[in-house]
Amino acid sequence: MTDTLSEYSVLALYSAMAIYAIAFVLFTLDLAKGASGDPVAGAEAQKVVVPERRKLARVAMALTVIGFALQFAATLMRGVAASRVPWANMYEFAMTGTLIIVAVFLLVNLKWDMKFLGSFVTGLVLLLLGLAATRYYVEIVPLPPALQSYWLVIHVFVATLATGFFALGFALSLMQLLQTKRELAVAAKEKTRLAFLTRLPDSVQLENYAYRLIIIGFVLWTFTLIAGAIWAEKAWGRYWGWDTKEVWTFIIWTIYAGYIHARSTRGWRGTRSAWLAMIGFAAVIFNFTVVNIFFKGLHAYSGL
Amino acid sequence: METLSRPSDHIDSAPQRDAKIVNPNLGVVGWLRWFWRQLTSMRTALLLLLLLAIAAVPGSLVPQRSSDPNGVSQYFADYKDTAPILDQFQMFDVYTSAWFSAIYLLLFISLIGCVLPRTKHHIEALQAQPPVTPANLVRLPAYAQLTIAGKSAEEVLEAARKVLKADRYRVARYDRAAGGTGKLKSEAAITVSAERGYMRETGNLIFHFALVGVLIAVGFGGGFGFAGQRAIYEGQAFTNSLIAFDSFNPGRFFNSANLTPYTIQLDKFTAVYEEKNSNAIGQPVDFTAEVTTQIQGEAPQQQTIKVNEPLRIAGTDVYLLGNGYAPTITVRDAEGNVVFTDSVNFLPQDKNLTSLGVIKLPDGLAEQVGLIGFFYPTVSEGHSGAYFSMYPDLIDPRLTLDVYAGDLGLDEGIPRSVYALDTADMTKLAGRKAPQKSLEFSIGETVELPNGLGSVTFDGVKRFVSLDIHRDPTQGWVLVFSLSALAGLLISLFIPRRRMWVSVTENSDGSVTAECAGLARGDDPTLDTAVNALKDKLERALGLTRD
Repeated sequence: MTDTLSEYSVLALYSAMAIYAIAFVLFTLDLAKGASGDPVAGAEAQKVVVPERRKLARVAMALTVIGFALQFAATLMRGVAASRVPWANMYEFAMTGTLIIVAVFLLVNLKWDMKFLGSFVTGLVLLLLGLAATRYYVEIVPLPPALQSYWLVIHVFVATLATGFFALGFALSLMQLLQTKRELAVAAKEKTRLAFLTRLPDSVQLENYAYRLIIIGFVLWTFTLIAGAIWAEKAWGRYWGWDTKEVWTFIIWTIYAGYIHARSTRGWRGTRSAWLAMIGFAAVIFNFTVVNIFFKGLHAYSGL
Repeated sequence: METLSRPSDHIDSAPQRDAKIVNPNLGVVGWLRWFWRQLTSMRTALLLLLLLAIAAVPGSLVPQRSSDPNGVSQYFADYKDTAPILDQFQMFDVYTSAWFSAIYLLLFISLIGCVLPRTKHHIEALQAQPPVTPANLVRLPAYAQLTIAGKSAEEVLEAARKVLKADRYRVARYDRAAGGTGKLKSEAAITVSAERGYMRETGNLIFHFALVGVLIAVGFGGGFGFAGQRAIYEGQAFTNSLIAFDSFNPGRFFNSANLTPYTIQLDKFTAVYEEKNSNAIGQPVDFTAEVTTQIQGEAPQQQTIKVNEPLRIAGTDVYLLGNGYAPTITVRDAEGNVVFTDSVNFLPQDKNLTSLGVIKLPDGLAEQVGLIGFFYPTVSEGHSGAYFSMYPDLIDPRLTLDVYAGDLGLDEGIPRSVYALDTADMTKLAGRKAPQKSLEFSIGETVELPNGLGSVTFDGVKRFVSLDIHRDPTQGWVLVFSLSALAGLLISLFIPRRRMWVSVTENSDGSVTAECAGLARGDDPTLDTAVNALKDKLERALGLTRD
């Protein structure tokens, strides 16, 4: 029973990846179409573009929803097969983490049209899932005593949720930087290869979106830090011990705290704060990959 | 717009004209004031934050004495040249180092210097009325207007006041006479001015004060507490007193007279290993220590300690951090008199609990004898003939002992670890490269020592656990401050602070015009929505639209 379920889980995950791959191509084509519709950068480019029916993006969005449903099923089956939450090793972190990134993306799209982030989201998710499935797949094993705690459910889940928001914040900040570059080029009447950004919101709007997502991520990350400390006290006998993972959680928190302050500092709002948002997410990815795999520490339980 | 008493480089504060007043006679006070302004500026706070993030990095690259002392020793052995240089820069104690401390202390001084004036200002703002209504509401970032027939200006204004009150705005009324001429001409108007979201600044201040609280609680907590370790085997009891600990690290202000006397006896330790899942055979599934605790003068209690379930007793926390096997060994001299009988904790060397232990016999035998033992809970033989354990549970236990005779080095009064044997002044009598093979035992077997020294009996095996006993009187405070910080953060990021105005003017045809306008203070994505909602509610309150 357990074996069959976990096999189905793998099957569902690979199907989800195939569908994400198609969605990725369509999202990218949609972005590229934005460029062809605006061949000459110049005064024209600044014109507000009437929202058109973007067929490609809508199909890609529908595919992403299907991919999400399949990945959700895959994750659920893995959890049922293991009779525990499906986030206890690298493979499962990647599976649940990317699922949450997609969930946050879909959720945010209910509020604001962010289909232009589809390429980034599906691309990142594909990359992480591909790495996890090929390099870090492990069979289901029981939880070691150190992980047998309801804090595993809370602490790790909230951390992954925060990662989802930070990921979108990263993408928006990247778009913001490119958009700023394009806007400067347009203002100077120079040619730019960034014409595909014409249909996107302007840089200030992108920055506001990024900020709103990142502050949600920041609150969740603060909670992760506190929940982690409470769990560490129960499991290891101290709430904070500068273990490598604790150090990097702290570093990430500090970078994003810096980002929020930068947004309020004259001369730092805009391009500089966008860079901080991107550095913050780079640290998140570093924490999730390099620190887990190569650094020695108490969190090295993840059964790579 | 008036500032919120923020640092001069805060984005909400009015831009300052470049203060190019380079006064050569700035004086000490002047310089101090200048320095203080620099320290409490947004830019400095930001740079200190980023510096703190960068400064924390090396502690994750180089082993730290606080979390990984063995790693530090290993590092010194591996990098003989660079380690002492790194040590000069306190790289093995990053988080207590002078430079790391300097950064966070400056950051916190900067924080306090910023937050105190803001607190004063905020308290004043909480007692103040909303500001006078601006003359020209159309120019504000969010604006809506409606014309109403059949209602008096007073009725409309009263309705607006009620709507704003219901939305928990603080409201003040201002009337304006007609004035000005030409372009600046303004009609007579009656207005309400409203403000809400004072909690945003309150939350922000709570967040920052709570962080100071965390820092203070953490700083003092280490000072008043202690951490001690003790390993006990089944049947053995531990008394909470200074000499009973295997190792003990008191905080700076800790007084050992504060140790509450109690005993913990390990009755039984149970380890469960995975037996069915072929991918995880032998992986631990559960560790449970059953103990009897007794606080002096009270009745004994049966309790359990698990990995994620520490025992809380008499203000201390007892954690189950490790476990292993303690073979029971009896040594007799040549005449058969018992010279040693005890269970000895063997330290686990791998996940299948191949364990290493040492027995020192300074008295009773013809010579001083030291035994280095390996214990294999489920023994197996490798290709080379060396033993190893293939499963952590007791299926086929085996004990081997290497025998050394000579000087144990115990007589000089130098403290020696019970887990290590200094063989420098000893001769190896049994073991590899010795005249005789290691002594080998199954449970219950007796083997003669070399040179007719006597005999050793392997009586059985017990389990031992290593317990960490901690006391940290301020950790509850750390939690309280952390949760306050989280609450403050939520309030300060998600409660919008905004001002709203409704201005009512009478038109020549007898109708009245109501203008609604809003101004955000800080990030407020819903300002437009709020102004439109105000207009809708006003219409509804006046009975102009149906619900």
